[in-house]
Amino acid sequence: MNAETKPSRLRDTRITMAHGGGGRAMRDLIEEVFTDVFRPDSDEDQARLSAEALREPGARLAFTTDSFVVTPLEFPGGDIGKLAVCGTVNDLAVGGAQPLWLSAAFIIEEGTEIAQLKRIVASMAREAAIAGVRIVTGDTKVVGRGSGDGVFITTSGVGVIPPGRDMAARHIRPGDVALVNGVLGDHGATILAARGDLALSSPLQSDCQSLNGLIEAVLAAAPGTRAARDATRGGLASCLNEMAMSAGVTVALDEAALPLRPEVRGMCEILGLDPLYLANEGTLVLFVPEDQAGAALAAMHATEAGRDACLIGRAVEKGTIPVTLRTAFGGTRIVDMLVGEQLPRIC
Amino acid sequence: MKYVEEFRDPSKAHALLAAIARAADAIGASAENPIRIMEICGGHTHAIFRYGLDKLVHEGVEFIHGPGCPVCVLPMTRVDEAVEIARRPGVIFTSFGDAMRVPGSKGSLLQAKAGGADVRTVYSPLDALELARRNPDKEVVFFGLGFETTTPSTALTIQVAAREQIPNFTIFCNHITVPPPIKALLDDPYMQLDGFVGPGHVSMVIGIHPYDFIARDYGKPLVVAGFEPLDLLQSVLMVLEQIRTGRAEIENQYARVVPEHGNPVSIAAMADVYEERPSFEWRGLGEIDASGLRIRDKYLAYDAETKFGIGYAASTGRTPVPEPEGCACGKVMTGRMKPTACPQFGRGCTPDTPLGALMVSSEGACAAYWTYGGARLAAE
Repeated sequence: MNAETKPSRLRDTRITMAHGGGGRAMRDLIEEVFTDVFRPDSDEDQARLSAEALREPGARLAFTTDSFVVTPLEFPGGDIGKLAVCGTVNDLAVGGAQPLWLSAAFIIEEGTEIAQLKRIVASMAREAAIAGVRIVTGDTKVVGRGSGDGVFITTSGVGVIPPGRDMAARHIRPGDVALVNGVLGDHGATILAARGDLALSSPLQSDCQSLNGLIEAVLAAAPGTRAARDATRGGLASCLNEMAMSAGVTVALDEAALPLRPEVRGMCEILGLDPLYLANEGTLVLFVPEDQAGAALAAMHATEAGRDACLIGRAVEKGTIPVTLRTAFGGTRIVDMLVGEQLPRIC
Repeated sequence: MKYVEEFRDPSKAHALLAAIARAADAIGASAENPIRIMEICGGHTHAIFRYGLDKLVHEGVEFIHGPGCPVCVLPMTRVDEAVEIARRPGVIFTSFGDAMRVPGSKGSLLQAKAGGADVRTVYSPLDALELARRNPDKEVVFFGLGFETTTPSTALTIQVAAREQIPNFTIFCNHITVPPPIKALLDDPYMQLDGFVGPGHVSMVIGIHPYDFIARDYGKPLVVAGFEPLDLLQSVLMVLEQIRTGRAEIENQYARVVPEHGNPVSIAAMADVYEERPSFEWRGLGEIDASGLRIRDKYLAYDAETKFGIGYAASTGRTPVPEPEGCACGKVMTGRMKPTACPQFGRGCTPDTPLGALMVSSEGACAAYWTYGGARLAAE
């Protein structure tokens, strides 16, 4: 019998402090909302994991953690649950790890609708199945109304890096090319539009997606791939600055090559925002040796997440500026780290 | 994007740049003896640097960056007054994003927010009015900023508030007008300007004739310009052609948007709600006669200064706060100094640690130099 058809034991439609109190209400919530969906192997307070994958000599464990806060909790193309799975899966995958297990800890604000919580949890289970990872342990806490923003989720992830793989920004060399798997800024623009206070309607969807499959495909086709990063908070600009500084190179971008949807460009034009700083949740940047660029692009084009993959620039000898952009107009400008947060302009 | 890309076409730009070079040569302009054209608007300054126009035009054309950035010209005193209102209990202080990071002597609005004040970014004064409707137990204040471009929107918002008799909404009015500071610059014997590029969206509201005095009384050309790179290049060419042929006129390059006489509905709304202040304080320019607007008596219930007894309505009078030690924003804003000539640029003053507004406003000249590279790229 699955969770949807079982009669509900939960008498409330919203989370109350009792759901965090340690008693029957909490047990009912955890069973009905979480464990019936995630189905961990053990009833114990810990996940017990097989070390089989580590048996191969030279294999390494990868371990990462990330917290997720987003308003609104559900948005076109995703929700905080999907985000919490994709985010941690991608943090493992960009380092060359094959993600295996996740933990999920929830901080839930009193008053949150249980039906919404169930949707978020179902979305996590769905995305975990897509990414091929299991959510094996978790925790819930309830905080009083006003002390949270609906739901906060922290996921930690464990994966295995196969022997011989060593992806890191410091391996990037002048001459390597920079590739992205798809269009930039969709997630950030979707969230801005979904908040509703801009009165903008758009057909945009968040790009939120797990990228481990795509990365495996790239590594099979282009084993010399130096490094990958997902361009989340701070957008492509901040991600490339970090990579350029770790690698000791300058990254020279070509504005005309940047893949942007007209809707995202239009929204940025109106609000005075720069799409290079908009957050992405399913977009990564890869550096590969130039002679493997074609193979990497072809491998990405064969996947759903990499349909719009393209070359956006290249690493060059280190100058004083980590990231520069050749404008479509023929000039060159700096692409700096994001300062504070992007704020819409007056006029 | 239709109607935008066409005005960013590099091949058309090259034709305009060649025509600019011919006109500049015909006038005899050179790097040592340049034609100095002030782009009044900070939006133009940013477009110039975003597209690298300063490097692309003939060396005999020098852009002088003008005072047309509403956040930059706001003196520290006004930022302090905004922070003071925001910190009052029961106040929701709303502002456009631009003004959030601008430093006052007691910190910025963002810092006031971190300190517990209820400060929110809105995208329109009507959003602030909606907050007032939804929070009847709070006082909602909107930081009214800007030139004639934004003034009609706050005027219309006050009219709506008055019609609905919303009692908990006020505007902290810092609206200013473009012509008076230009007159102040033209009267300054140290300023040597050969012509102006005028802000297109201000003229969309007021038309082109409020600038007639510049041609008539000072013999200088002004071309009202759009904001895309081709708009700017064409406007520069029009200024140079006027100089080459010995004319001084007010011309309209941005005719696809700017009607000669402006927008009568906006002008009527502004006239209904606002009147000239006797004078208003500008950063770098000091008090300028008849350069600011205040809310007329019939709408005084919507005036935050009156409601909170602050600023020009303070019973104790105003004491202007001096600019921070070493901050040259005033000189930069009035075209007397290039951002990179300021000893603090990139040292004591960066976007993360701004001394003055020009480094953090989206239209500030220093922000343009910093963001798009000017000095830092030159060091390559």
